Amino acid sequence: MLKALRARVLQGHRTTTFPRQEPSLPDRFRGLPAFDQTKCRGVCPQCVDACPTDAISMDAHGIRIDLGRCLFCTECADACPEGAIRYTAEYRLARRTRQDLIFAGRTWELAEALDAESRRLFGRSLKLRQVSAGGCNGCEADVNVLNTVVFDLGRFGIQFVASPRHADGLLITGPVTRNMRRALEKTYEAVPAPKLVIAVGACAISGGPYRDHEEVCNGADAVLPVDLYIPGCPPHPFTILDGLLRLLGKREPAQSPERNR
Amino acid sequence: MTDAVSLAVHNGSAVPLSEIPQLSVAEWRAHVIASVAAGARIASYFGHPLAGGGVRLFAVLAHGDSGTLSLSAAEVGANFQGLTPECEQAHWFERELAEQWGVKPEGHPWLKPIRFHAPYRRSAQGGWSAAAAAAEPGVTDFFRVAGEEVHQVAVGPVHAGIIEPGHFRFQCHGERVFHLEIALGYQHRGIERALVGGPTKRTLHQLETLAGDTSAGHDIAYCEAVEALAGARLPARAEVVRGVALELERLANHTGDLGALAGDVAYLPTAAYCGRIRGEFLNLTAGLCGSRFGRGLVRPGGVRFDVDCDRTADLLTLLGRACDDLNVAVSLLWDTPSVGARFERTGAVSRADCERLGLVGLAARACGLGRDVRHEFPSGIFRFVQIPTCTWNSGDVFARAYVRWLEIGRSAAFVREQLSALPDGAVGAEVGALAPNHLAVSLVEGWRGEICHVAITDAHGRFAQYKVVDPSFHNWMGLALALRGEEISDFPLCNKSFNLSYCGHDL
Repeated sequence: MLKALRARVLQGHRTTTFPRQEPSLPDRFRGLPAFDQTKCRGVCPQCVDACPTDAISMDAHGIRIDLGRCLFCTECADACPEGAIRYTAEYRLARRTRQDLIFAGRTWELAEALDAESRRLFGRSLKLRQVSAGGCNGCEADVNVLNTVVFDLGRFGIQFVASPRHADGLLITGPVTRNMRRALEKTYEAVPAPKLVIAVGACAISGGPYRDHEEVCNGADAVLPVDLYIPGCPPHPFTILDGLLRLLGKREPAQSPERNR
Repeated sequence: MTDAVSLAVHNGSAVPLSEIPQLSVAEWRAHVIASVAAGARIASYFGHPLAGGGVRLFAVLAHGDSGTLSLSAAEVGANFQGLTPECEQAHWFERELAEQWGVKPEGHPWLKPIRFHAPYRRSAQGGWSAAAAAAEPGVTDFFRVAGEEVHQVAVGPVHAGIIEPGHFRFQCHGERVFHLEIALGYQHRGIERALVGGPTKRTLHQLETLAGDTSAGHDIAYCEAVEALAGARLPARAEVVRGVALELERLANHTGDLGALAGDVAYLPTAAYCGRIRGEFLNLTAGLCGSRFGRGLVRPGGVRFDVDCDRTADLLTLLGRACDDLNVAVSLLWDTPSVGARFERTGAVSRADCERLGLVGLAARACGLGRDVRHEFPSGIFRFVQIPTCTWNSGDVFARAYVRWLEIGRSAAFVREQLSALPDGAVGAEVGALAPNHLAVSLVEGWRGEICHVAITDAHGRFAQYKVVDPSFHNWMGLALALRGEEISDFPLCNKSFNLSYCGHDL
């Protein structure tokens, strides 16, 4: 018992000051990409060719990147002969619609909160059932980590529950394999309405590196309506937490994010 | 070891396909069965489709005593006399073989799908009826125990926690488990099928997410196979950074598992502390490359990120702090009698069963077997720096927990030593074209155990086949055996003590 008390003292208080303060991320963290359109001449398609998930397209207006497909692998930045692409420290990546994830390199808006009625229902208590449908255990691990003392998800009224019957929504990871499709649909049916669906990671948003395999459904919104998309491979835990809090209107309203950090 | 029936190679080498002895099925069977009886282990065993409609079976046998791998092959038609009745290690491989190529191993006592997908060849009938092949995962016959008060418990695919899907079917008498059968396949993403014709720009990203908690392990195995095929030589600095990434992955996962095991026996202090400290190890990996899971770090020819002096100093400071905190957190486990009472003699696997099933990695080391690729079949930095193999004899949950703890000490010392004395030089080398009509085999000791990749190239140097064996492929049956005679309420504890990969198995 004394040893346990000693350990308790030595371990100290470990819960992060987020969201009061912005998190400190590693210097090599790869967040929102930034394009220098003055360097990109829009003619060589080398970034487009290098992208493993075909997330990048190029037209007269410059390049566009679909963050729902992006693995944040930075192959495009390596491939660009002009050095026009780099990845910034912007970790706030969640958006409410699939279309919003297509980024043209200009302003990046942040996810809007749910409507007032939904916030009244879920804002102070949101129970989620997690379903891995072909996930590689990367997204699962960085969702699970929100339950540790570092992130302490419970202090925001958000909790992962064991049964869909106890849940207000699903948090889905993985490209939705054909072999999990029915289990996912049945789990969704078991959640009482009104209900939310949150897709976490490139796989759950677009199929990720498994897009167009006949064994997968190319993401959660091929099967269910999705209310929040959180990009990444896997998204950083702070990216996931920021998305959840924004959905519930618990972070400052979408302001113009600090750019070019 | 090289004789008329097999070709001996070292880990991380490529050989022309023509040099691999092609035996008759009878000779090949006799060779594999005799080798396994003499102490070899099946590292990989798979079918390779031939143009004429036949299938060539390849076996990669691991000889831990000599540190060599032996390759042999035989051609079969629609069916052949399976190995399983005389060689239990083959049982899961032969189910896979039947599912992928429609080749029926006669005499297999429990022939049914393991991943529930259509055969890879449209012409194949499958090793079972069309109805069985069309079934959904988990919709299959399960081994049944009959008798008064015997009942079944079905769990999954969607579980209570934040974990991957799988289906567990228990045959119980009261609380006691007579038998557990594990049905997987829910995570099947078709990786092996997609790798054929590669490498493409997606290949590495698929291997990185093949089992996403083992990105470094599978990445290194892939890169070593490709480098063997291309004849590439790595700078020493790259080998060291790879080794550091692999051991950081082990540190993070072992720490997380010790915390989760504590949580499963309701010892919450260690559960809470380890949950946090696991993140510190992930953050060390993020310090190397920006990704907590090491995504994008390992590349054919080396690594993509160098480590300068300042970064090394920072990493060493953080490593020291994490290890100090971990020591305090985990020592509590061994000092608390209520934890010992739940860990000891729970979910024991005998050494004999471990050998018969061919378990690998920490599950095997917890049964007293010194199976460790880093020691038996070293590649990369492990050819020059030996990490002592940690074993324990009891085969139970305690042993699997304690081996993790012993390995944490060894891995931390390795990372400290390597980062303190990084060799100079580049971190990448050119990798040329892959040799055509070759077979390369690479083994890596991932944190769960032996990862085995086999790449076969076609006449143009593209992958004609890419076979992956995750350690979970060997070890899921070990979990099933661990549950025999146990109370069903101990399933979560036993399951966590193995902590196997669903997606690594399902591919």
